[in-house]
Amino acid sequence: MTTSSRSIFRIALPLVLLLLLGACATPHPNPRDPWEGFNRPVFRFNDGLDRAVIKPAAKGYDWLVPANLQVVIGNFFANLSDLYISLNNLLQGKPKEAGGDLARVLINSSLGIGGLVDAATGMGFEKHDEDFGQTLAVWGVESGPFVVLPVIGPRTVRDSFSLAADWEGDPLSWVKPDLLHYSLSGLHQVDKRAGLLPGDKVIEAGAIDKYSYIRDAYLQHRRYEIYDGAPPPEDDEK
Amino acid sequence: MKKLAILLFTLLLAAPVRAAVDTSTPEGMIKGLSDEVLTILKTDPDLKKGDVKSAVAQIDAKVLTHFNFRHMTSLAMGKEWRKATPAQQDTLVKEFKDLLVRTYSNALTVYRNPTIVFKTSRVTPTDADALVRTQVLQPGNTPADIDYHLEKTPAGWQVFDVVVAGVSLVTNYRDYFTQEVSRGGVEGAIASMRNKNETQDKGK
Repeated sequence: MTTSSRSIFRIALPLVLLLLLGACATPHPNPRDPWEGFNRPVFRFNDGLDRAVIKPAAKGYDWLVPANLQVVIGNFFANLSDLYISLNNLLQGKPKEAGGDLARVLINSSLGIGGLVDAATGMGFEKHDEDFGQTLAVWGVESGPFVVLPVIGPRTVRDSFSLAADWEGDPLSWVKPDLLHYSLSGLHQVDKRAGLLPGDKVIEAGAIDKYSYIRDAYLQHRRYEIYDGAPPPEDDEK
Repeated sequence: MKKLAILLFTLLLAAPVRAAVDTSTPEGMIKGLSDEVLTILKTDPDLKKGDVKSAVAQIDAKVLTHFNFRHMTSLAMGKEWRKATPAQQDTLVKEFKDLLVRTYSNALTVYRNPTIVFKTSRVTPTDADALVRTQVLQPGNTPADIDYHLEKTPAGWQVFDVVVAGVSLVTNYRDYFTQEVSRGGVEGAIASMRNKNETQDKGK
């Protein structure tokens, strides 16, 4: 059922986005967030889901799994992602980085015992963070407005459309049988969420309005990822 | 002899390393501030129990004196800053400082025993602004970039922006403030910060 559940997403996603095009305007529209009226309720829904299910699961995981084992689990998933990261670096015209990512996969899969140990970083092959949305951005595709997708969370329109490619490129999606696929995906999500637990405190301390705080942090962080950590300064008075 | 060694060792550990932060160069200053932060993170006894209050107080006293909160507030407000009267500006700075101290300290106390690597530093030709880029390494975590923007003042270099993984802790508020001011004026923005600060203080 793996394929059919993903194709539902693939059909539903553009539909949601099309609906948004007709969404009503807010009184003081933010040029970067014209769909705020739609986004806020979805954000509230996602936040509720996180509080009720995902965060408690991540907390339980964090309590149950020793820190060293968490590192190993994180390494395993990071190794799986490096092949697709390499492809994206290649598509972005960065053969040197793409080669480094490939070297990471080879080293960590062998010396690093199937990816459980990150041996490559110590050997000078830095971990990168790339996805198809970043590749599209490098190709000159505009981000489009900010959008909060149900369950998935904050995105831009460009990065919503690129999700389908990211799913296909994730080796976890190739895993059979389904039970193993869902278990691994679940573990991956919970591990990722557990890694974000300390960040919750920062948001809680800093955000006056959680929605706009997360929106603006997401957009800033996305720019930073697209420019590989060195975005040009933004116009001060926009 | 052994006792003496232990005594000396204890004294050494207990003696506060009071090297004043060198504010004459941007990189020197951030190095000094980072050392202060690392010492606080390593030695604060409450931190291991998950209580960040005393670490936050120490970071406030030793590190944040080198931050220019007025500049930070005007940067966060963007073009709304000029709509505020001088008295309102003072209040904005006071409330924003409270908010930022809490955010920045909480961001730092995420780390327990980090290593801080200095990447590059850039000083503008006029020697008025500088950017110091650092990376915080912690085993098992992805490295976090923390960039500091500094400016030269008569009192030495001062920090006016902190950027964590591309997210400015300062300009991240700009769209929010623009919206607040258009909705409830400068007083509205002040009230929203004051309200946030009060609930946070009560919650602690």
